[in-house]
Amino acid sequence: MNPYQDRSAQFFAYLFLCSAAFSVIFPLALMIINSLRTNFEILSSPLGFPDSPNFAVYKQVWIEARLGRAIMNSCMVAAGTVAIVCLVATPAAWVIARRRVPGWLAISLYFLATTTVPVQMFIFPLYFLFAKIGFINNHFALMFVYAAIYTPFSLFLLRTYIVSIPIELEEAARIDGASNFQIFARIIFPLTSPGLLTVALIVSLNTWNEFLISITFLQTDSAATATARFYQLSGRYGSQWPEMMATATLIAAPTIIFFVLLQRRFIDGISSGAVKN
Amino acid sequence: MAATPDTLRLESERDSAWLFVLPALILSASVVAFPVIATILLSLTDWNGLGTPRFVGLDNFRALFGEPRFWVAVSNNFIFTGLFVTLPMMVALIASAFLMIIKFGRTFFQVIFFLPVTIATIILAQVWRGMIYSPVTGAVGWLQGLGLAVSNPLADPSTSLYGVLLVDMWHWWGYLTVIYFAALRQVDVSLIEAAFMDGASYIATFRFILLPMIMPTILFMLLMTVIWSFRVFDWVFILTEGGPGFSSEVLGTLAYKTAFQQMAVGRASAYSLVMSILGLVAISIYLRVQYKSEKLS
Repeated sequence: MNPYQDRSAQFFAYLFLCSAAFSVIFPLALMIINSLRTNFEILSSPLGFPDSPNFAVYKQVWIEARLGRAIMNSCMVAAGTVAIVCLVATPAAWVIARRRVPGWLAISLYFLATTTVPVQMFIFPLYFLFAKIGFINNHFALMFVYAAIYTPFSLFLLRTYIVSIPIELEEAARIDGASNFQIFARIIFPLTSPGLLTVALIVSLNTWNEFLISITFLQTDSAATATARFYQLSGRYGSQWPEMMATATLIAAPTIIFFVLLQRRFIDGISSGAVKN
Repeated sequence: MAATPDTLRLESERDSAWLFVLPALILSASVVAFPVIATILLSLTDWNGLGTPRFVGLDNFRALFGEPRFWVAVSNNFIFTGLFVTLPMMVALIASAFLMIIKFGRTFFQVIFFLPVTIATIILAQVWRGMIYSPVTGAVGWLQGLGLAVSNPLADPSTSLYGVLLVDMWHWWGYLTVIYFAALRQVDVSLIEAAFMDGASYIATFRFILLPMIMPTILFMLLMTVIWSFRVFDWVFILTEGGPGFSSEVLGTLAYKTAFQQMAVGRASAYSLVMSILGLVAISIYLRVQYKSEKLS
């Protein structure tokens, strides 16, 4: 029977999907609602709406917790990481896609292998080395660590874009006397720009949300990115839940808004790798 | 072959191809490959992160194999991965099957389901800790107020791991749903319509036509989930720090805390090494199961 016309199939589908959607939204709604209530209101009744929404808490945490600084730091680290990843992964993806060097297979296997390595397998020597040479709380050092971690994924994603560029374009340019660098800069880089955009989206999202590495390498208030700052604050605000939830909302808002606006591209980018392979 | 100016130029262009892959290799080697080698070497030493590492052979490994905490972490890792690989997959398959048959709201549901993946783990974990699990300020407290016998799962050693697992699964299943749904939509519609014409039910159609068609995607995501879930760190570290006692400890948190709280970097490196090796074991178990089931069918 065609489920499109089957009333009961439609009913169960919507029932399941709506309850699933509710279970996802519920904790997030509590985050926003409880940011507008007072601690006393939350304690006396954990689930409930604010008597009079206290929007002032957002201004309060913004100043008190120096969130502006933390969000600026996050933006800087994300932008820097994206820039390094694009500059480093695109040429490598080209070489691997076109098998331009004899060791292309070994190189791809190496990058594939690095994606299975847990962070704890390389962060300890890195941390103590950085501590020795004064790279703790240094955003550039952090960008390089992130860039190295996100390069393999970006490389493989970009490879699929480069493979679909007709090789005749490159050959024609080569016959006209173009060098490797000119072919890369004038043909490959511009034609992979949709892929680069997807890489930029995913890498900046991951960088923004990353926890383990940021709390390890950024230890001062002024150096902390948004997530690291929130981790520092969860000690300080302790049981001041309205302040905590307001901070959480402010840090989550940029990624949520970004995602909702660009959801097609996000979803395509994230599912393309898994579906095509 | 005579070296004409033209072949010379092509030769040098071939050499310069190396320059394009070199930055990526240098970056990865300096952040991943060399430090990995250093971690392997450090696992054979006693080092507090400051002085000179002292070579102790396999002492670190002997010590950790004798620790109850280590074995709890190992078994927690396997329980966590086993459940994390299966349960969200089932929910996601059902959800994506339903998404296929609805007429309105496909995009809406996808956006909602995907939402938690776009939010930082530290934020989601704190929201769950305070607003859901807390008997004072959370939904658990509210349910207790109604007279229901619920308690904070994170506070009880017998449920702490599952309390963490639930939050991680809650945040993850929507991601799988979106990916499965993307794969389902690439299946040729005429195949599905033909099955309906022949009078097949939707369940049968899904089981015998849609499911086999998206199997490559399901298997690929299974492999990625095994890899990702074996290194679980954030959720455990934020929600329980491995406690109460060491009931929810996993190798990721154990290694991290040993290095940065106890400053026993040699022993921490040994944990990391065991974690990586067991991660590879988990991957090979998965590959073997997949290989066997492929031979069967």
